[in-house]
Amino acid sequence: MKDFILKRLAQMLLVLVIVSMFAFSIIYFSPGDPLYLYTSPSVSSYKMTEEQLNDMREALGLNGNVIQRYANWAGKMIQGDWGFSVSNHQPVKTQIMDKLPNTIGLMGAALFLSILVSIPLGLLAGYYKNQWIDNVISGISYLGISLPAFWFGIMLIIVFSLHLGWFPSAGMRTIGVNSAADVIRHAVLPVIVLSVNNTAVFVRYIRSNTIEQKEEEYVMTAISKGVPKQRVLWGHVLKNCLLPIITMVGMNFGTLITGSFIVESVFGWPGLGTLCLDAINSRDYTMIMGITMLACIVLLTGNFLADLLYGFADPRIKQGKEKQNG
Amino acid sequence: MDTILKVENLSVLFRTYAGEVQAVRDISFEIEEGNVTAIVGESGCGKSVTSRSIMGLIKKPGIVSEGSKIFFRDENILAYTEKQWEKYRGQKCSMVFQDALTALNPTMNIGKQITEKILVHRKVSKKEAWQEGIRMLELVGIPNAAMRMKQYPHEFSGGMRQRVMIAIALTLNPELLIADEPTTALDVTIQADILEMMKGIQKEQGMTIILITHDLGIVANFAQDIIVMYAGKVVEKGSSEDIFYHPAHPYTEALLRAVPRLDVMEETLETIEGAPPNMANPPTGCPFAARCRKKMPVCEQRFPDKITLVEGHEVCCWLQREDK
Repeated sequence: MKDFILKRLAQMLLVLVIVSMFAFSIIYFSPGDPLYLYTSPSVSSYKMTEEQLNDMREALGLNGNVIQRYANWAGKMIQGDWGFSVSNHQPVKTQIMDKLPNTIGLMGAALFLSILVSIPLGLLAGYYKNQWIDNVISGISYLGISLPAFWFGIMLIIVFSLHLGWFPSAGMRTIGVNSAADVIRHAVLPVIVLSVNNTAVFVRYIRSNTIEQKEEEYVMTAISKGVPKQRVLWGHVLKNCLLPIITMVGMNFGTLITGSFIVESVFGWPGLGTLCLDAINSRDYTMIMGITMLACIVLLTGNFLADLLYGFADPRIKQGKEKQNG
Repeated sequence: MDTILKVENLSVLFRTYAGEVQAVRDISFEIEEGNVTAIVGESGCGKSVTSRSIMGLIKKPGIVSEGSKIFFRDENILAYTEKQWEKYRGQKCSMVFQDALTALNPTMNIGKQITEKILVHRKVSKKEAWQEGIRMLELVGIPNAAMRMKQYPHEFSGGMRQRVMIAIALTLNPELLIADEPTTALDVTIQADILEMMKGIQKEQGMTIILITHDLGIVANFAQDIIVMYAGKVVEKGSSEDIFYHPAHPYTEALLRAVPRLDVMEETLETIEGAPPNMANPPTGCPFAARCRKKMPVCEQRFPDKITLVEGHEVCCWLQREDK
């Protein structure tokens, strides 16, 4: 088990390096220049000299070819220096850490809600395949998959904020109010929008898994023991359906960080999604890289945790890993 | 001796895209209490479907036809509600499946799979159920039972797994045990062990067993009664002696010839030429006619009625009829 973990950690490090190289060169080769922010006629009428521009490039670390710049950035990154934002000169790390809890809270709630809702729905739909209960659940989940988040978000705002006035339409806190209840009230609509799509996808996965599992012979054995059908479903089929659910959740871990750009901007949620969108618009490469790296680390960690969790769900895998790695 | 189970005019069909497959066609038989009855026949002749009907395990697209009746001690179980089935399954009638690897839940330890059955039917504590589970594992000859209870199916060998399967089936002392090819997935030496063990328990407890198999060799000194099925029909039934020494149906004879023997030198093993008919479109006459060595013109036109040769020995074959 220890060897397995060490091996996985080494793999993760390698993936991280490769991702950073790719991300860095994509930003480097994409058109646009952060200096435009300073030299744009709409910002100031002062025309900088070539010398001044060069000094500025030097200060922002924008000189040199892609390899030099990458080496420069990576060298600092290894020492824990995430650099300064090109657009507002604040440290990247503090800015990200400021927004991080907002996004994790929002996305975590949405992910949790999706799992909670999709497991029972998916199991029921699969167990009663092609019966009315399945038709209802599957119909709704198709709808959920097809709903565009921006449209659905706006619709919710129109109905629940504008007309009914139950929930605020944007932001995370009412100015002057500092309570958890207030934050939750702000989060309700974005969490619904975010989880509807996830839930729908999860339900489809779990449904097809359940259909597969319920044809297995052990289900027949359980029924032949006189175990009631519902108990067979929750006691036998569920655990065997857990593996793919764990994989899905692991893959979704990355979105915990990147958040949903669209949903965050529709609801004006002060999270990483908004931060990243602004960074892209202003070619703020240090910020983009910082967020990319963070997302990558969290995604890899999620997959890693999923692998570890397999062992709990399926005793065969746990033993296999132990054997394989001594 | 009492009749424990009586099957009357049982028909089971499967609605598939290829048409209606008539897996079991209007069969009737009785099982005597305390006896071992073997149902023999090739693959696809309706043995397993028959046994699953007795357990109420036929599910869509399978349908048990309207007129079918199965009496378990004078109660028609086919009229049972789901609740009644749940009480019946496991307590009155239990089943051992062919492949214990797939028939046991891979993510649940053996102990849980045994105690689950006890806890569903009896109001006992988990601890008592666990003790009973250990006792059952010991009964079927699994060493270190207490430790084995905590293990998962993949940690058992094939033979041991089948023993676990049998232990689960025997838990709560059901009156009727259906063993559906219990040793087919095992190698020969282990087969013998398992059969010996089952025989021992059967003698000790006087249990009624329905043994489903395609191997007449294992039936010989185990079963008292034999039912021979072919293409969804019962073609011959009788005592073990009747079938082995006075087989009346050419199919039974062919099956017997196909059993390898130690006392006769043979160059090649006998086989039955051809394959059973397609049950989506079964022949109108005797289904075995196409493969029968003694075929007559009438065989392909009408299915022969049942005739009794001696008491308890019945056959459906034109050869045995005067009016052919």
